Amino acid sequence: MNYKLIVDIARSLLLARWRQSLVAAIGVTFSITMFIALLGFMNGLNDLLDGLILNRTPHVRLFNEIKPNPKQPVDQSADFKNSHNFIRSVKSSGVRVEISNSAAIMQALKTDPRVLGLAPKITAPVLYNSGTIDITGAVSGIDVIAESNLFFFSDYVTTGEPLDLKNISNSIVLGKGVAEKLLVDIGDVVQVTTSKGDRLPLKVVGFFESGIRDFDKVQSFASMATTQKLLRQSNSYVTDIQIKLKNLDQAPVVAKEYAQLFQTDAEDIQTANSQFETGSFVRTLISYVVGITLLIVAGFGIYNILNMMIYEKMDTIAILKATGFSGGDVRKIFLGIALTIGFLGGLLGLVFGFLLSLLIDQIPFNTAALPTIKTYPVNYNPVFYIIGIVFALITTYLAGFFPARKASAVDPVIIIRGK
Amino acid sequence: MTIRNQPLIMTQTVLQSRGINKYFKDPVRVQVLKNIGFSVNQGEFVSVTGKSGCGKSTLLYILSTMDTDYEGDLLIDGDLMRGKSEGQLARIRNEKIGFVFQFHYLLNEFTVLKNVMLPGLKLQKYPEAEVEHRAMERLKTLGIAELAAKKANQLSGGEKQRVAIARALINDPIIIMGDEPTGNLDKKNSDIVFDIFKQLCEEFKQTLLIVTHDQSFAGNTNRIIEMEDGQIIHE
Repeated sequence: MNYKLIVDIARSLLLARWRQSLVAAIGVTFSITMFIALLGFMNGLNDLLDGLILNRTPHVRLFNEIKPNPKQPVDQSADFKNSHNFIRSVKSSGVRVEISNSAAIMQALKTDPRVLGLAPKITAPVLYNSGTIDITGAVSGIDVIAESNLFFFSDYVTTGEPLDLKNISNSIVLGKGVAEKLLVDIGDVVQVTTSKGDRLPLKVVGFFESGIRDFDKVQSFASMATTQKLLRQSNSYVTDIQIKLKNLDQAPVVAKEYAQLFQTDAEDIQTANSQFETGSFVRTLISYVVGITLLIVAGFGIYNILNMMIYEKMDTIAILKATGFSGGDVRKIFLGIALTIGFLGGLLGLVFGFLLSLLIDQIPFNTAALPTIKTYPVNYNPVFYIIGIVFALITTYLAGFFPARKASAVDPVIIIRGK
Repeated sequence: MTIRNQPLIMTQTVLQSRGINKYFKDPVRVQVLKNIGFSVNQGEFVSVTGKSGCGKSTLLYILSTMDTDYEGDLLIDGDLMRGKSEGQLARIRNEKIGFVFQFHYLLNEFTVLKNVMLPGLKLQKYPEAEVEHRAMERLKTLGIAELAAKKANQLSGGEKQRVAIARALINDPIIIMGDEPTGNLDKKNSDIVFDIFKQLCEEFKQTLLIVTHDQSFAGNTNRIIEMEDGQIIHE
C-alpha cells in the first residue's frame, strides 16, 4: 500500500481547508487541555486529602485491643462443651496493651520483603496540667526518624525542630490546639500526668499542626524513651507497631497474616479509612466524565468539518476513484485527515494542559488546616497525558470513521455524470 | 517518447462486450442498454455517437468498470470483469484505462505535474522520480510542459483538458476512454484535442474509445458506433 501517496493527498486536502482544520484541531486542543488540567488538579486534591489521613495512617497496625477474653472458663469445661453458654456481665480482662516480645516481632518484620518500613509507637492517655486546669489528651511516644520517614511527621511540626524531640530528653511537641489552650511557648515546661497519677514536667520543643483541628487539641508527641519514662515502663515497652507496606493493596491480607503470626490485633488501612478510597474514586470519576464529554463535543466538531469537506471534495473523490484509487484508499485519506487533526490538536492540548497545570500550581492556597500547602496541589502523573492523547486519537478516529466511510462509498459515476 | 512497446499483432482485442443489458430501476424499471455486443481492437480509434439519452455515456461507464450494475459480460485485455472486487477494479482502472471527461476534473490542490503523476504514483510501477520524468515527457508531447508548476485552477479550459489527457496517458493504458472530451471546449481547442487523439492513435498506436455527439469529431475517427435507444444501430 502506498502510504506516502495517501499521506500526501490527505495533507493537501487538509491544507486546502486549513481554517476549518484549525478550528477542529483547536476543539481537540481545548478538550485535552481541560482534561489534563482537570485531572491533574483533581488528583492533586485527591493526593492532598488522602495524604491528610492516609499518609499518616500505617498500612497495617499491630496492637492489643482491650476486649473480653474470647476463651471464657465455662467454654473450656468439658461438661458444657456441647452447650450454648450464656454469660452475663463479662468484663474486659486486664490484658496488657503492651505488645509482648515486640523487639523480636520488629526484627521479623524488617526481613519481610513486603514491608517498606515500620515505626514503633506508644500511646499514653494523659492530662496536661496548667495552673488550676487539667486538659485531657494523649501523648504518643514515637521514633522521630522512622515516623518522619514513613509518616511525614516532621512536615507537620510547624514550629520548632522535630529532631529536638530525640536529642533533648524530657521534651514534648504539643498539638497546636493544646498549646493554645495551655498558653505555652517553645522552651516552656508543661506538666503531664498519666492515668496512674504519675506526673512529669516536659519541655516544649515544637508545635504540631495536622490539619485536623480536633486532633491537634488533644494530641502531643514525645520520644519513645520519654514516654516510657512517663509511664514508668521498661525500654522494651511498645503498644503499637505501625507498618508501611510497599504495596498498599496487600494490607488486608498482610494484616490477617500478622494477626495470626504474632498473636496481636492487626488493622489494615482499608478497614480503618474506607471512606477516603470512595471519595478519591468519585472525584477521579467526575474528572474523567467531564474530560470525555469535552472530547465528544470536539469529536462532533471534527465530524461536521469532515462531512463538509467530503461534500466540497466530491469531485476530487470521484476523480481519484475514476483514476484507480479504491474505496479503501479514499477512506484512509479521510481517516488520515481526522487522525492528523486529532493527533496535532491532542499534542498541543497536552502542552497547554501542562502549562495550565503549572499555572494552577502557582495559585496561592493558604489554609490553617494544611500547613505544608502553599499553592493549589497539582498531580503531573504522565499516565493522564498518555490517556489524554489516546482519548484524542480514539475520539477523532470515531469522528472520522463515518465521514470516511461515506467518502469511500461515493459513486464516481453519479458525480461525473451529474455535471 | 515511448509510450508502449506495441504488440505486433494489430488485431488483438483490447475490450469486448457481450450481450450487455442495463436497467435503471428508479423510479420505474427502464431498460437503457439492450444487448450491446462489440469489441475494440488494439490501435483502433473508435467513436460512439448518438443522441442525448441514447445510453452512450451509460455504456461508457460500464465499459470503464465504474458501473458494475449490469447484465452480460465485459472483457478488458481478455480478462472477465464480473466478480472482481472493488479494489481489483480500481487497480484495473489505474493500470489499463485512461480517462478523459467532459469536464477536466483536475485536483485544484495539486500542481499540473502532480495531477499527471497521481495515477502513476498510485500504480507504484516506477519510483517517484521516474513517474515525474514520465509525466514531464507526456506534458512535452502535448505541448504544455511549461505549465507543469502551475496550480490546476490557473489554467484555461483547453489547457486543462490537455493536462487531463496527459494524466490519462501516465500509466500507458491499453485504452483511453473519453466522455465528450471536447463537449465543453470551443472549436479551436476541440481541434487541438482531436489532433492529439489522432496523433496518439497514429504515432503510438494508442487505442481510443470516445463517446461524443459531435458529428465532425466522430466523422474523423477510424470507426463509428452509432447508438439509438440503448442499441447499436449502425457500425
